[in-house]
Amino acid sequence: MTPDGPPLGYAIIASILQVALIVLGGPLLMGLMAKVRARAEGRVGAPIHQPLRDLRKLMGKEGLRAHHSSAVLAVAPLVVLGSTTLAVAISPLVTTHPLLSASSDLFVIVYLLLTGSIAMALAGLDTGTAFGGMGSSRAITIGALAEPALLVAVIALSIQARTSNLPAIVAATITHPVWTSTPTRLLALVAIVIVVIAETGRLPVDNPNTHLELTMIHEAMTLEYAGSDLGLVTLGAAMRLGLLFALLMNLFVPWGVATGSSILGLLAAVVFLALKTSLLAVAVSLIEVHSAKLRLFRVPELLAGGFVLAVLAVITQLATR
Amino acid sequence: MSTSFYVGALELTTGAVLVCAVMTLWRRQVRTIVTMLRLQGVALASVAGVLAWHERDLGLAITAALVLAVKGALVPWLLRRVIRLDPRSRETAPLINVPASLVSAAFLIVVSYVVSSKLTALAPSAASRLVPVGVATVLVGYFMLVTRRRSVSQIVGLLLVDNGIGLVTFLLTAGVPLIVELGSTLDVLLVVVVLQVLVVNAGARHGSFDLDQMRELHD
Repeated sequence: MTPDGPPLGYAIIASILQVALIVLGGPLLMGLMAKVRARAEGRVGAPIHQPLRDLRKLMGKEGLRAHHSSAVLAVAPLVVLGSTTLAVAISPLVTTHPLLSASSDLFVIVYLLLTGSIAMALAGLDTGTAFGGMGSSRAITIGALAEPALLVAVIALSIQARTSNLPAIVAATITHPVWTSTPTRLLALVAIVIVVIAETGRLPVDNPNTHLELTMIHEAMTLEYAGSDLGLVTLGAAMRLGLLFALLMNLFVPWGVATGSSILGLLAAVVFLALKTSLLAVAVSLIEVHSAKLRLFRVPELLAGGFVLAVLAVITQLATR
Repeated sequence: MSTSFYVGALELTTGAVLVCAVMTLWRRQVRTIVTMLRLQGVALASVAGVLAWHERDLGLAITAALVLAVKGALVPWLLRRVIRLDPRSRETAPLINVPASLVSAAFLIVVSYVVSSKLTALAPSAASRLVPVGVATVLVGYFMLVTRRRSVSQIVGLLLVDNGIGLVTFLLTAGVPLIVELGSTLDVLLVVVVLQVLVVNAGARHGSFDLDQMRELHD
């Protein structure tokens, strides 16, 4: 990014570390959330690494595809996984100098995530089942409302830092700790939390544990997947969750992210990131325990509220500049 | 009080006023809306309090206490009594659905920022830069008046307009003389009491508060 930035080798190591962290950490976060929920409900629950075990089991199975499905069904999991991996590699997760950090723009990350969503929606439509189409339609409806809110909320942060480059925003926040408690940040934080909950399909927007046709969104799209394909789709969803949680924490609580070029800093950043995202996961699952799922027709209200809060964040930032 | 703390506190309290205004459009439960109105009253009183501290102005401090008592406690309590007397007004009945009204609110906020930027440029200071927030609260209040059918929601809209005007006054002039503020606050209280009597009587006579159905006079 800058001429005095760390060497290329460091950036490559950091990016590989980020991908490895999210591939392992995403499923672990899901396991942690399931565990917290189980404990809060008075059950023992599956161990935290259960999603990893499930993934290993699914990967070892034969991939079966529906008879009349086209190449879309086969390609979609790879697109999801590929776009998410690229987004993870270039995002400021453990360091502010990842690979290609100059192009790690807010719009690039959002559109990489959107590419994955579109691929999943097409895959849901591909087999021609009623559930798949319904799930795709719902997912795109929610996505179309959530993406603008996410963009506008991060734009509020980028006005403050005067750049739309995510690593630069994180780096600027580390040097200006006062920014973390301005009204802009608080409004943008609420907006982004709403978006992240919608995008990762958690309660009150979607219930990840149910296969009830009236309410499911993400599960409806993946109903036609089996075996190793299902494993890839599940891994993609888990990585998305990990990436969004990590980005959320790093944008608003950036401490611990490595800014220099020492390997020790990277390792410390890994520990910090694991702690921060675990805290967020515990908080989100505690909210989930205490909230009922919204009716699908009320979800746009929630997301519109998030959008207005994001607009408010931009306006207060412009007004108080 | 240091300048940066003053600016931060002013931004936070003013922001809270606008967030509460938007929340009244967002939520459906009238009870929650009244709670939001109460929080807005408290935030407005805090704005006045912060300004009073900064300007070392006793009159403004008394105004802040008055606003806190009337808009933070008395008016919400009266509104709550109306809701208790009329079980039908528990949920709002908006003419425009909630997502559309929230997007309109976002539009109104942008408009108020654009419109009042000229006004702000006249005398730039930490307080006057926040005037768009007050104008936005007024516009959101008008929007609520226009698009909500139940009379309780309309009272809330009226009070939002009043709070917005109050906020603009505090920010631009650091408060009007105490006697004027006393008059206007009591005025609001009176309006709420009159509306409450009206609503309760109308409910007893016609069994309905739907203002759309009250176009004609009956003997």
